[in-house]
Amino acid sequence: MTKKKKSENLHTRRDFLKLTAGAVGSVGAISAVWPFMDSMNPAADTLAQASVEVNLNEIPEGSAKTVLWQGTPIFVRHRTPKEIQEAEDTPLTQMIDPETDKARIQRPEWLVVVGVCTHLGCVPLGQKPTEPRGEYGGWLCPCHGSQFDTSGRVCRGPAPTNLPIPPYKFIDENTIRIGATDD
Amino acid sequence: MKIQLELGRLMTKRKISTKQQKRPLYDNPVSKWIDKRLPIFTFIRHSLDEYPTPKNLNWLWNGGSLAGITLLIMIISGITLAMHYNPDPADAFNSVERIMRDVNYGWLVRYIHVNGASFFFILVYLHMFRSMYYGSYKSPRELLWIVGVLILLLMMATAFMGYVLPWGQMSFWGAKVITNLFSAIPFVGDSIVHWLLGGNNVAAPTLHRFFALHYLLPFLIVAFVAIHLICLHQFGSNNPSGVEVKKAQDQIPFHPYYTVKDLYGLAIYLLVFSLFVFFAPNFFGEAVNYNPANPLVTPPHIVPEWYFLPFYAILRSIPDKLGGVLGMFGAVSVLFFLPWLDRSKIKSAAYRPMFRPLFWVFILNCIILGWVGAKPPEGWYLIVGRVSTLYYFAHFLVVLPVVGWMERPLTPPASISDHYKQKHKRQKK
Repeated sequence: MTKKKKSENLHTRRDFLKLTAGAVGSVGAISAVWPFMDSMNPAADTLAQASVEVNLNEIPEGSAKTVLWQGTPIFVRHRTPKEIQEAEDTPLTQMIDPETDKARIQRPEWLVVVGVCTHLGCVPLGQKPTEPRGEYGGWLCPCHGSQFDTSGRVCRGPAPTNLPIPPYKFIDENTIRIGATDD
Repeated sequence: MKIQLELGRLMTKRKISTKQQKRPLYDNPVSKWIDKRLPIFTFIRHSLDEYPTPKNLNWLWNGGSLAGITLLIMIISGITLAMHYNPDPADAFNSVERIMRDVNYGWLVRYIHVNGASFFFILVYLHMFRSMYYGSYKSPRELLWIVGVLILLLMMATAFMGYVLPWGQMSFWGAKVITNLFSAIPFVGDSIVHWLLGGNNVAAPTLHRFFALHYLLPFLIVAFVAIHLICLHQFGSNNPSGVEVKKAQDQIPFHPYYTVKDLYGLAIYLLVFSLFVFFAPNFFGEAVNYNPANPLVTPPHIVPEWYFLPFYAILRSIPDKLGGVLGMFGAVSVLFFLPWLDRSKIKSAAYRPMFRPLFWVFILNCIILGWVGAKPPEGWYLIVGRVSTLYYFAHFLVVLPVVGWMERPLTPPASISDHYKQKHKRQKK
């Protein structure tokens, strides 16, 4: 106390103890909160559902199949030569999100895209023959009218980007594995 | 009010905390604006800064704040568990195992919740024994005590239903036995059991409603804790001398003196709690409950969680279905009447030479009841259980009234300050 009288700005021993105790307490509190926060992240068994295999023999030319990968619909489409031609011929300058068809496929007759509209997350129509495919022959989102071509690229808004390509690989002639591709 | 004003004057005079006096919690214009419309800062200040508290409280007065914090820990960990738990008999057990194995830190959250329940009861029982020893339930704090007993009842219901959720063997058969207690009620018993279970047996409807109620009741407990605190703040804490506040020197502001003491107690408490969570997480548990519920096979030896054992012992000691059930509920209900059964005007057992040893006999008797409750109901256990059950009720219905009438108490100190000085002198020597 006498020290404090000499200089009002001098920090006291109590200030030091308060600060250090407060700091240690805060670190403890934050470390205690972390497990509760982290428990809301995907659990180990959820992450283990990382890959799904698709038998391509089940999908005849011109048709498509929807599979669920980590809770997300994936469109696997067996494209006809006409559809491939259209996708390759579209000039990039007309696109909202310019990307070549080649960059989006591994084998021309097979298109694999995430079946979630990049606008607000609806699942576009066009997988079944009875569903509308829009003016560009790909998919039509029923929610806000976005249209996609036979390469899954957005041709009319409001979707801002093309349908993303999930990681996948051909494990043999007639099977692809969506998801974990490193083995 | 008078006391507080006096205290304020006194503090400025003695310069205990002049800095504190000058430091309003609502100095900036935004806080001022809010406080005028919603006096939240005034409230916080009133209940922490200005709340005068007896200066001679010992460590047993940490129990209340610790129990409150444990309630908070239980609610936070419980809500986290509810995000992963599935109250369906087909998946309940598996979803708990998934929490233990797959959910990030799920094992930690669940072990916190499981051990938190036991620690909650340890604290609340200590808190109650503290009140019994120091006569905290006596006038003018009778209602404070009664609200406390209501909290205990709510805790028991919550703990029981929570124990059913993992859907292990003990969960299932515990639920079965406890709900069947109500079948002892004449005429309407069976209908009540059907209503409680939502069917003939403990099954999906039972599990679903237990989950819903297990989620609801803790918030009711929070409401009752608020009422408990309002009751407490009306007359302030009792103290080890059992003498009421008489002058300003008897008290010190709650903050910082008791906030610091509570925080120190919390640090020690959390260390002990962590010891169990990390090194002996299943210490309080029953291994049988890691077997999935099987409605066809009763485990050879059914025991409730430790905090119900004394009451369970009373249930089994009375050789009559309805009598046993009444005895068990009576063992809690008798606590409601404690403020009027104890006839002595002296609060603290320190000045009650007859009551003091009998208090420890009562504690011992509770421990014996707990021990008997964990043993099979046969042979000597049955006899010890019956004697203990009899003594449990005798303590409340005979011992307390008679002792209050017969006893010649010592003279308590004239004031809290005097008690404080006596204690301080003793320690100096």
